[in-house]
Parts: sequence; C-alpha cells; structure tokens
Amino acid sequence: MSDTNIHTEEHRNDDASKLGMWLFIFTELLLFGGLFLVYSIYRAQYPHNFHEGSLELSVTIGAINTIVLLFSSMTIAMALTAMQRNNKKLAMTMIVVTLLMAVVFLINKYFEWGAKFHHGLYPGSDLMALLERGHLLYFSLYFFMTGLHAFHIIVGMVLLIVVLFKVKNNRIHAHKYVLLENGALYWHLVDLIWIFLFPLLYLIS
Amino acid sequence: MMHNTVDKIEYVSFLEHKGRFKGLFSWIFATDHKRIALLYLYAIGTFFFVGAILGLLMRLELIAPGETIMKPQTYNGIFTVHGIIMIFMVVIPGLSAVFGNFFLPILIGAKDVAFPKLNLFSWWVFIFGSVLAIASQFMKNGPPDTGWTFYAPYSTATGTNVITATTAAFVLGFSSILTGLNFLVTIHQMRAPGMKFFNMPLFPWAIYATAWIQLLATPIIGITLLMLIAERLFGIGFFNPDLGGDPILFQHLFWIYSHPAVYVMILPAMGVITEIIPTFCQRRVYGYKAIALSSVAIAGVGFLVWGHHMYTSGMSNQARWFFSLLTFVVAVPSAIKVFNWISTMYKGSIDLKPPFLYAVSFIFLFIIGGTTGLLLGSIATNVQVHDTAFVVAHFHYIIFGGMGFAFFAAIHYWLPKMYGKMYNFKRANIAWAIIFVGFNLLYFPQFILGFQGMPRRYFDYLPQFQTGEVISTIGGIILVSGFIFMVYNLVMGVRKGEPAPANPWNGSTLEWQIPSPPPTENFDEVPVIKKNPYDYI
Repeated sequence: MSDTNIHTEEHRNDDASKLGMWLFIFTELLLFGGLFLVYSIYRAQYPHNFHEGSLELSVTIGAINTIVLLFSSMTIAMALTAMQRNNKKLAMTMIVVTLLMAVVFLINKYFEWGAKFHHGLYPGSDLMALLERGHLLYFSLYFFMTGLHAFHIIVGMVLLIVVLFKVKNNRIHAHKYVLLENGALYWHLVDLIWIFLFPLLYLIS
Repeated sequence: MMHNTVDKIEYVSFLEHKGRFKGLFSWIFATDHKRIALLYLYAIGTFFFVGAILGLLMRLELIAPGETIMKPQTYNGIFTVHGIIMIFMVVIPGLSAVFGNFFLPILIGAKDVAFPKLNLFSWWVFIFGSVLAIASQFMKNGPPDTGWTFYAPYSTATGTNVITATTAAFVLGFSSILTGLNFLVTIHQMRAPGMKFFNMPLFPWAIYATAWIQLLATPIIGITLLMLIAERLFGIGFFNPDLGGDPILFQHLFWIYSHPAVYVMILPAMGVITEIIPTFCQRRVYGYKAIALSSVAIAGVGFLVWGHHMYTSGMSNQARWFFSLLTFVVAVPSAIKVFNWISTMYKGSIDLKPPFLYAVSFIFLFIIGGTTGLLLGSIATNVQVHDTAFVVAHFHYIIFGGMGFAFFAAIHYWLPKMYGKMYNFKRANIAWAIIFVGFNLLYFPQFILGFQGMPRRYFDYLPQFQTGEVISTIGGIILVSGFIFMVYNLVMGVRKGEPAPANPWNGSTLEWQIPSPPPTENFDEVPVIKKNPYDYI
C-alpha cells in the first residue's frame, strides 16, 4: 500500500477525459452566451446604429477568416484521423497546417484591428466617446467579442503546440490519442464561435 | 463499539502516506482527494474566521447610532469585504470542496476523483483568487465599497479597488467550474461496479446537482465581471447609462449566476443533512428518489428565478409575477426534502449526538429562512421589506443557519473518519448550544428591525432601532465565542482525542466500511454494490 508509485501510475480513462472536455466546452459556450445575450439586447435597442456600424467592417476579410477557420477545422480533423490510422507524419503535417491557418487568421485580425486603431477607433479613444450611443456599444461589443475570441484562438494554438510535441515524442500515438482529440474538439469550438460572430458582427442588415 | 475488526488490519493512512514530497510539500502538491479536501478545510476555515471577525466589527459599529468604532467609508469597505470573503471564498466552495472532495469518491466506491491533478490545480486557483481578494483590501485605493454584488453603475465609477476584487471573483469562479467539472465526470465515470445512479448515497446526488449549477451558471458571472472590468479600463458603456448602457442588464446578468449560486451553497448542505439523519435515527431514508430528484429539480428551477432579487429595480409587471410564481415553485422541492427528513425520523431510534443536534437545528433554521424567503418572493411584501435588515436576516438564516450549520454538522459527523480521532461530546454539545442561541439572538431581531424599516448596509440608524441592534450585537458576540469554543474542541479532539473506530455512528454508507483515517487508495479491493445505501431496517 505504501508504494510511492501509486499516484504516478496512470489510470487511463479516455471516456472521462472526453466527457471532461465536452463539459468544459459547455462552459465556454455559456461564457460567449452571456455576450450574445448582451449583443441581442443592444441590437434590439439600437438596430439602426448596429447596421451602420457593421458597414464599417470589411466583409471580405471576415469571409476570408471564416474560410480559413473552417479549413483549419478540417485539417485538425484530418490530423486526428491520420493519428488513428497510425500515420504520424501526416498527423504532424496537418497539425502544423492548422497552426498556420490560425496564424493567418490572427494576421488578418491584426490588420483589421490596426486599420480601426489607425482611424482612432478603439476602446477608450477620444473618437469612441464622441460616437452615438448605439455606435459606441456596437464597436465596444465588436472589440470585446473578437478580442475574447482571438484570445481563445491563442489558447487553442498553445494546446495544439503541446499536442504537436507530444506526437513528435510518441507520447501521443495510434492507441493513445485522447489529448489530440480533445485539442481538436477545442479547436472546433473556437471555429464554431467564429461562425456565430461573423454574421452577428459583419452581416447585419 | 461495533465493527472494530476493521481497525486491526495493518495499513498506512492517507495522513501518514509518504509520496514524492516531504513535509509541507507533500500537502500542497498532493493529488490525493483527501489531502486536497483538508487543504480546502484549513483555507476556508481561516477565511471564515476573518469574515466572521469583519461581521463582528460591523455589529460593534451598529451597537449605537452614529459613529462608534469606524468611519462610514470603512464600514462600506467592511461589509463589502465581509460579503466577498463569505460568499466567494467560504460558502460557495465550502461543502463541495471540503466534504465533496473527501467523501464523494469514497461514497461512490472510487479511489480518487476523475482528474486528481486538475483537482490540485483548482485548489491553487482558489488560493490565487483568495490572495487577490484579500489584496484588494490593502491596495492603495482602498477596499471596494460596492457591496459584494458590484452593482453598476456605481461599480463602474467608484475609485476603490473594484478591478482587483472582480478579478478575484472571476478567478474563484474558474476554480469553482473546474471543481464542478471534476465531480461530474467522477460521478459519471468512477462509480463502483453495481452502483447505479439510484444506488448512490444522497450526498453524491446533491453534489451532482450542485456541480451542474457550478458548470453552467458560473461562466455568466465570469463574462459579466470581464465586461465590468473592460468598462472600467476602457470606458466602454455596457452598463453605464451615460454611455448608452443599461445598469439593469448588469443586475440581470449578475443574478442569472448569483441566484443559482445560492443553490450551490445550500444543495450540498441538504445532502449532508440527508446523510446524517438516517444514521442517527437508524432508519432507511424516507422517499429516497424524491430527495434525489428534488435536488435536480431545485438545480433546474433555480436557474429561472433570478428576477426576484430585482422586483424594485424596474421590471415589467408580467416579468415580476412570473418570477414570483417560479420562486414559489422552487420552494416545493425544498419542502419535499424537509418533509422527508422529518418522516425519516418517525419511529427511528434517535441518538442525540452532536452531528444530529446540528442537523436538527439546520432543519429548524432552514424552515425559518425558507418561509421568510417566500415572504420576499411575493411581490407586495417584497416591496415593503426590500433592502432592509429583513433581507439580511433571511439570507443569513439560509446561508449561515443552513449552509453554516450543515458544515458544522458535517465536520462533527465526519471528523472521526477524516482524522481517526474522536472529539469530546460534552464540549461539542455546549458549543452547539452557545452557537444556536447566539445565532438566533444575532439574526432574529433583524427580521423585526427590517419590518420596522431599518435599511441594510447603513452605517447609522434612528434611535428607535437601538434595542434590536444591541440584542443583535450581543448575539454576534455569543456566536463568535461559541464558534471559537467549537473549533477548540475539534482541534483538541484531533490532537489528543481517543482513536476513533471505523464506524463510530453505526452508519451504513461506504465511508464507514473502511478504516479511520482512510488508506491512501480508500479501498483495498473495489467494492461491489448490491443494495440501497441506507439499509437499516
């Protein structure tokens, strides 16, 4: 009983890990759910301002980013399938492609935000304070929602980098890939949230 | 005592187990759920003591009208800090982090929780959040003075350390989510063979319902606090009407979490009481399924009643009566539990040991707290007593009389198992009597004061309220001394008490079938469950 290895020895339960990840995804959805609630209330209150605000965003960049994220969701799913079929090299390539897509997304976001900043439009700026109330709320929500989403992208990237190294060191292999699966689940979540953000912020009419 | 044979087996208890680390590190880096539970116990016990002292300072200030021992702004800081510490650092984590951690795996026949490392991580996050909360009191802009509710727009404007305090609440919420997640997976995945959901003891059932609330409600307060922080940092106008925002929206978002959080506090308390009553009556619990499912019902309906905190804030009449109706509905499953506890005692062989005394007084205080809750839930009376001392009395009867007394019941019930030592019954009974008398003296006068119009959170009052305030303050002093005496008795029990047998109360659930204190892995061999946990008669 006093064996020191009791707790370091692994009790593996992949179902438990996956269930845990799903529950965590619920909490993330509710986190953004609170924001969607606030968004819908203010949009109902200031429909006109919200429409005008959305005209100042570039639908093209938003659409490109949507496609980029959808594509990355596909590549991470391919990485998982490759791992299940014991193709380590392909799995690693697909994870790297996913990470590259994430970087492309963030670069796009950087230029998008940068242009707004350049025009003096950022939270706390003098220009923001002069805007109409509905406008101010729209751009506040825009920066808050996309900022929180970008933060989740970064968290997802860190997770995938960890996964990448574990695949490389054979800590993740064809018979033990639950971490890769959970990383992929999280990545799909990040993608899914963007699928909602894009029409809510860019396509208002 | 019975079942002493178990004690003769040679084993190493979790208290003496030697792992990778030594000394203090073998505790603060432990992944054993029992050690983590004790870590929570020590932390939460300390925070409770600090919160209680702050409460006592408030009572001393209110012993006479006008300024007695502190300035008004200090008073505002103290009631805010008292609230933040007690709500976020004591009662919300309290029972589930301490007793849930220690006994949930044992009660379902598991060796640990599903994610032991995550469990340790939750404790560290909890400590980090607590340090932030305490730091917010001492940083240079002065303690937050918003009340623990952080109502906008004042919280967006006050110059005090609101950002630090809300960040602390956010971090503590994260810890709460991770604990809830861990327990949900544990209950779904780790039950011993043969333990179906309807074979589980009722404390795990309560923890199960609680964990769902922790998981689903806490993110809402998380995002709300983040928005408040962004508002303060960048002048965004989510909740400030000057900038187009809506302060009522903050209240809605706040209570969407904070009302379910009340059930995070009380559901595990009900679970504890449901374990204690059958043991000390030696009776099979009456209405097992009704108690189990009423926990789930409370958790479910509890999500839909938040508006009853806001009757006077400005809501449509339809919304008000709807929230009022739902508030009455959520009282039903709570009442079902009370009826079942009392029915369990019927024809039982009742043994008035200290845990049972606390359990019975829980029922008494919970009935007072619950029925005054209905007074607050109906719109007309609520408008009369809203934001008065009546509300303060009501929620202290629920939170302290309910959750607090259940915590005391739990520690008296399970301490022999946790430490393998027994405390002194006579001293425990005296401490119980002092606490019970002190509690009622402290809070009951506040019902009357509130009805007469004494507002809550006020530094000063009219001379006509003084009699009630003095009685209340005397009660507070009695209560704190009773609490100190109780802790003294328990500490003496742990240090110098008689060794406790494996099953001192002749309980039937799994924790009493293993030695006291439990071995590191809980069970030598995985138990196989064939019957209902409360198999007395």
